Amino acid sequence: MNFQVAGLSPAKPDGPLKLAVPRGALFGETLDILDGAGIDTSEVRGDSRSLIFETEGMTLVTMRPSDVPTYVEAGAADVGITGKDVLLEQADRMVYELLDLGFGRCRMVLAGRKGDERMGESQRRLGMMRIATKYPRIATEYFERTGRQIELIEVKGSVELAPLIGLGDGIVDLVATGRTLEENDLEVREEILECTARFVANRVAHKLRAAEVDELTAKLREAAAK
Amino acid sequence: MIHPIPPGTRDVLPDEMRELRRLQRALLEVFEARGYGEVVTPAIEYDEVLARGEGRTGGGSYRFFDESGDLLALRSDMTVPIARLVAGRLAGAEPPHRFSYMASTYRAVRPQRGQMREFIQAGVELIGLPAPQGTAEIVEVLEAALNAAGLDRAVIGLGDADLYRQLLTEFGVEGEARDSIINRLATHDLVGLEAELSAVEGIDDDQCATCVALSQMRGGSEILEQARGLGGVAVERATARLQETFEELERRGVADRVQIDLGLLRDLGYYSGAILEVYDPAVGHVLGGGGRYDRLLERFGVDLPAAGFALYLERVHVAQMEEESRRETVGDR
Repeated sequence: MNFQVAGLSPAKPDGPLKLAVPRGALFGETLDILDGAGIDTSEVRGDSRSLIFETEGMTLVTMRPSDVPTYVEAGAADVGITGKDVLLEQADRMVYELLDLGFGRCRMVLAGRKGDERMGESQRRLGMMRIATKYPRIATEYFERTGRQIELIEVKGSVELAPLIGLGDGIVDLVATGRTLEENDLEVREEILECTARFVANRVAHKLRAAEVDELTAKLREAAAK
Repeated sequence: MIHPIPPGTRDVLPDEMRELRRLQRALLEVFEARGYGEVVTPAIEYDEVLARGEGRTGGGSYRFFDESGDLLALRSDMTVPIARLVAGRLAGAEPPHRFSYMASTYRAVRPQRGQMREFIQAGVELIGLPAPQGTAEIVEVLEAALNAAGLDRAVIGLGDADLYRQLLTEFGVEGEARDSIINRLATHDLVGLEAELSAVEGIDDDQCATCVALSQMRGGSEILEQARGLGGVAVERATARLQETFEELERRGVADRVQIDLGLLRDLGYYSGAILEVYDPAVGHVLGGGGRYDRLLERFGVDLPAAGFALYLERVHVAQMEEESRRETVGDR
């Protein structure tokens, strides 16, 4: 097994640092910024189906963005990259948020059908809006903060579908270019917050592998500023 | 047929229990050998009494009425009950008091996170001995306890509970703004911290940078030198306290197990001065913690300095197993 135990001295953690890399929308730019930080991502870019890649001094583990907080919190990955939307939606996961990487910028919005007043209508006559979303925690907090009652409808897939066929009056969703909304005859009504990719660390790794984590943070900070 | 038990509680079967007992015995032997006799207090107390000690949350997570209508609560740690015990039962006795415990404690958890509502804490309380001797003695006992558990790679983080409160006061930040900055520091949300700091009127870029930089400082005693370079009364005070403690730890020969960590914050309301956390490289979560609570006993009417730590027994057991299997892997090579 290609498994290195880094010395036998006390308090020395094992093996190379493990970095959780999000597949999906943030994948390309994550690899770009890692390149910028001097981490070799050529193997990850290849069409290999493996999920774990050994590079010099670091192990890259690819996964769904929404799994990154889970792996990092448990210490299965020492550090990771994922969207702020994911971190907010899983706010109870105890991870250290070290850096705003600046890329993957998108907005969490409340959207409704163009020219459709159902949201206002439901609010007035039913006392609450029916909101479909993949982000129940963010939506709940937003409407609580703004003093409005909603009936939350959690969906897993394309949330744009919901208001089109009468499931809910509006949606809370992540918007990058706005094209998907446009194509589905939806429009942004309110902006909730802006999200970018973040660099996160496991609590124990941040303490016990301080030098490595700090070095990587500095490199990423530099690469993000470019 | 399956009859459920509440989430966050569990049954223990003999194989596991044998190992837990072995671990408990090893820890209690260490405590006893150093003069920390075991005490037992009731799992249920008057809510009002627990709330007096627990500044922040106000009593236990689980409260109920007894048959005469009194509000009772399950204890959420052993520090507050022992403070109550010292203030009441030992009011006339000559301090310092040294006690150890091995007890189930109860806390509310978020569902479906695998967190436990009922878990065992193994720890000690040293009441009546001030810093730095008191703190150093606690660290010494903690080090011995970790060794007895076979966690010879475990690290003890040492920080200062008053640093940020005093620093922000020095910067002129009070009230809600200070609380929300402290909260960012406690969750280690550096992006949010910077945003929060720059939103506060009257904090300049240098002060913002000082706060962020401090939260990232962790390592050996050289950290204290670096921190002092940032200047300010709060930093000077905290580093001087840590320096004293660290020197005492060096004299006792346990300093190399300790990582000074200026980013450390504990979320219990009663800490003041030194705070501790315990990590093992084989597991991703914290194994225990503690520190000084020089003003806790005062709340029960006895003005005595105090310090202590608690290890989460089940987590130490997990770490013990991970370390054992690691040693076997290394041994095979």
